[in-house]
Amino acid sequence: MSTASVPLPAWINYGLIPLLNLILAFFFSGLVVWAIGESPFEALQLLLVGALGRGEGIGFTLFYTTSFIFTGLSVAVAIHAGLFNIGSEGQAYLGGLGAALVALAMDSYVPWYVTMPFAVIGAALFGAACAAIPAWLQAKRGSHIVITTIMFNFIVSSLMNYMLVRLLIVPGKMAPETRTFLPGGQLPKLDWLIAMFGGKIGAAPFNFSFLIALVMCFLVWVLIWRTKLGYEMRTLGISPTAASYAGIRYSRIVMITMLISGGLAGMMALNPVMGASARLQIEFVGGAGFVGIAVSLMGRNHPAGIILAALLFGILYQGGAELSFDMPGITRDMIVVIQGMVILFAGALEYMLRPSIVRLYQQLTGK
Amino acid sequence: MSLDSPKEPAIELVGIDKKFGTVHANKNINLTVAKGSIHGIIGENGAGKSTLMSILYGFYQADHGEIRISGKPVTIRDSQAAIAVGIGMVHQHFMLVENFTVLENVMLGAEGGQLLAKGVASARKELKRLEDDYGLEVDPDGIIEELPVGSQQRVEILKALYRGADILILDEPTGVLTPPEADHLFKVLRVLRDQGKTIILITHKLREIMAITDTVSVMRRGEMVATRKTAETTVEELAELMVGRRVLLHVEKGAANPGAVLMSVRNLTVKDSRGVTMVDDVSFDVRAGEIVGIAGVAGNGQSELLEAIAGIRKPSSGEIFIDGKPVAGVDPAGLRDLGLAHIPEDRHHMGLVLKFEEYENSILGYHRDPRYGRGPFLDLDAMRKDAEEKIAKYDIRPPNPRLRTANFSGGNQQKIVVAREIERDPKMLIIGQPTRGVDIGAIEFIHKRIIEMRDAGKAVLLVSVELDEIRSLSDRILVMFAGKIVGEKSGEAGEQTLGLMMAGIAA
Repeated sequence: MSTASVPLPAWINYGLIPLLNLILAFFFSGLVVWAIGESPFEALQLLLVGALGRGEGIGFTLFYTTSFIFTGLSVAVAIHAGLFNIGSEGQAYLGGLGAALVALAMDSYVPWYVTMPFAVIGAALFGAACAAIPAWLQAKRGSHIVITTIMFNFIVSSLMNYMLVRLLIVPGKMAPETRTFLPGGQLPKLDWLIAMFGGKIGAAPFNFSFLIALVMCFLVWVLIWRTKLGYEMRTLGISPTAASYAGIRYSRIVMITMLISGGLAGMMALNPVMGASARLQIEFVGGAGFVGIAVSLMGRNHPAGIILAALLFGILYQGGAELSFDMPGITRDMIVVIQGMVILFAGALEYMLRPSIVRLYQQLTGK
Repeated sequence: MSLDSPKEPAIELVGIDKKFGTVHANKNINLTVAKGSIHGIIGENGAGKSTLMSILYGFYQADHGEIRISGKPVTIRDSQAAIAVGIGMVHQHFMLVENFTVLENVMLGAEGGQLLAKGVASARKELKRLEDDYGLEVDPDGIIEELPVGSQQRVEILKALYRGADILILDEPTGVLTPPEADHLFKVLRVLRDQGKTIILITHKLREIMAITDTVSVMRRGEMVATRKTAETTVEELAELMVGRRVLLHVEKGAANPGAVLMSVRNLTVKDSRGVTMVDDVSFDVRAGEIVGIAGVAGNGQSELLEAIAGIRKPSSGEIFIDGKPVAGVDPAGLRDLGLAHIPEDRHHMGLVLKFEEYENSILGYHRDPRYGRGPFLDLDAMRKDAEEKIAKYDIRPPNPRLRTANFSGGNQQKIVVAREIERDPKMLIIGQPTRGVDIGAIEFIHKRIIEMRDAGKAVLLVSVELDEIRSLSDRILVMFAGKIVGEKSGEAGEQTLGLMMAGIAA
C-alpha cells in the first residue's frame, strides 16, 4: 500500500491539491517572467485584469471556455471507457464542416433557433464520423486509437484545406473561407448574460453555444454515472477483463464511446463557426482539441471539473493575449510557456504533492 | 534444532513497527530465528507476514525497530543490502528471465566484469558445487521456460545461494507445485538446513508447517501472537491462533443426490491467445445436485476450460450444452440469462472492478436487469438497497456499500462476488479458486454456501488448485493434466492417488 490509496476528504482532493498545483504553476511561470526582466506581479495582474477585469474580457474568456468545455468533455467521455482520444482537434474541425453546411443551407430561409438544432446534429454527426474509422479500427482490428486519431487530425486538416480552397471558397475571393452566414445561420451573442452582471460584452464573441455546452455537461454526467451504458463504459475503462466477464461487448462500447466523443468534439465548432466568425475558416479550431486533453485531465474527467478547468484555460488564453499585447517583453510564445506550466503541474505532476499532503493530513488528524 | 538450541540466532527482529497510512501492518514485532533451523511464519492474508519479510529484505523500511543478523544490528535499505548481509528471497512469483538458461539466470546481476566468458566459466563451476552440496539438480544449460515449475523454483534457490545467502526466505513456495514437487522442495530445504542454512517459510498451509518446520510463529492483524516448537503444537491450535477463534477445518456435508444432467461438455478444445492448445478434447457432465471438482496443478488448462464454459473464451472446437441447449458462441450475458452463474478465478481482474464502490460491483454482469433501473438508466437507490441486503446476509465487512471495493479484505471481496452470483439463484454455478487468498473464517463460510447450492439441486463445477478444497467439497473429482482429463475419482479418493494423477504419472 502506498499513499496513493489513502483516502483524503473531497475538499483536499478536489480543492486544495489543484489549488496548490496551480499556485506552483504560477510560481514557476513567475520565475520565467522574472528571468526575462519583467515583473511577475505586474504580469499576473495584467493577465487577470485582461481576462476578468471588464465585460468584454469576460466575454472573450467565456468564449474560449465554451470551446474547451466541448473538447474537454470529448476527451473525458473516451477516457472513461479507457480510450485516449487525441483526435478531438480533427473531429472538431470536421464538425465545423457539418455546422457550416447546415448553416449555408438554411440561413436564408429560417431564423437561427430553427437552424440551431440541425447545426448541432450536423456538427455532432461530422465529428462522430471523423471518430468512427479510428474507433472501428480499434474495435475490430486492434489498431491503437492514439495513433489513428492523431493521423486523422492530419487527414481532416488536408481534407478541409481542399474543401475550403476548392469547393467552399467564395468565387473571386482570396481567403479560403465560406461566405458569411446570414443571421439565420448565426448563434446570438449572450450579451444579456454579461449585462446581468453589469458588464458590456463589446466585441466579445460570447454566444449561445455556451448554454449548449452546459447542457452537454449535464448530459455527459447522466450518461457516465446514471445510465447502464455509462456503467459499461466505466467497467471497460477500468478493467477490460472484468468487462468481458460481465458480458460487456468490447467493440460495441468502443464504437459508441468514440461516436459520442467525436460528436462532442464536433459540437465545439458551433462556437467559433456559428457563434463568432459566422463563416467556416481555415484552421479555426486553433488547438482547442489539444487543450481539451489538459482540461479533461485537470478536471478529473468530471463535467463539473471540466467547467472549472475550461474556465481556467479560458482565462489563460484571454489574459495571455492581453498580457502579450501590454508587455512587449512577453511574446505569444511566452504565454504558451505559462499554459504549459499549468498543464505540467495540474496535469502531469498532479500527484507530485499528494504523498506529502497525505502525511501532513495524517499528522494533523492524528491517525 | 529448537528454540533452546545453543546456537546463536541468525535473525533477530526487535520491536519492528510499520504503518501504511492508517493501516498498522506490523505492530511491535519481535522474532528470533535460530541458525540452522526452518522457521515457519503463518497467518491469514493481511496479517502482516509479507510486510515483515519485505522489511527484512529491504523493500520497506520499518518505522521503528531493529534488525540483527548474527547478533549485529544492520540497516537494510534495499535488496542489494539484504544480499550483502546474506539474506536471499525466493518469491512466490519467480523472478526469472524465461528465455535465458539456468546459468544465465543465476549469473544475472553478478556477471563479474565486462566480458562474460570468464564469469561464465567460474559461475558454471560454482553452480556445479552448489548443486552437488545441496542436491539441487538442474541442467545449467536448460532454458527456463522449458523447465517444469519445480525446477524453476530450484533455480531461484540456486540464485540466492550463488549470491552467498545464508538465510533463505521462501514466500508461499508450494502454491504452484504438485504434491510430489512440494515433497522434493521439502527434501531440498532439509538438506539446506542440515548444511547450516537458516530458512524462513511463509505460508498459509498448516500442513506444510507441520511437515517441514522446526519452529513456527503465528501472525494475526499485524501482531506476532505466538511462537511454538512445531513438535509441540497441533494444526487445531495454530488455526485457532491464526483466526482468533475456533474454526471448523473440515466441511460437513451429506451424501449427494444427483439429478438430471444440467451441463455437458463434449470434445471441447480451447486454444490460448498464442494458439497453444490449453484444453484438449475434454468431455464431461455435471448433474443437478452434485459438485464436480476439477483438480490439477495451475496452468494445466483449468482456467481456459472455465472461461470457455463461461463464454469469455471462444472454444476452437467441441460443444457445450446447458439444459440440453448448445451454447458455444453465446456471450456471458446470454449465459447468465440461461441460469449460469460464474465465480471467476481472479476476483481482482475479472470478478470485481476494484475501483468501483461496493454496490456497483454487486450488480456486475446483471446490470441490465430492470430491477436495477428502467430502460437505459441506473437506479442507484435500488442498487444500494440490493447491496445492503447482500452485505447483511453474507456478513460483508465493513458493511458499507459506498466503500471502494479495493479497500475490502480478500475474504470480503470474495464474499461480494459469491453473494452476487449465488443470490441470483442460478441453475448452474461454475467456480474457480473460490478461496484463493481468503482467510480461514471466510473459507468456512464460502464452502458452506457452495454445499447449500448443491443441496438445493444446483449443478456445481469447481476448479481449484487446492487439493484439500477439491477433496472436501467434490462429489466427483476429474483430474486435469496438460489440457486433458486424465481420470475421474470419487470424492473420497486419496491425496496420493490424485497427486500422482495431477503430475501426469498415473491415471
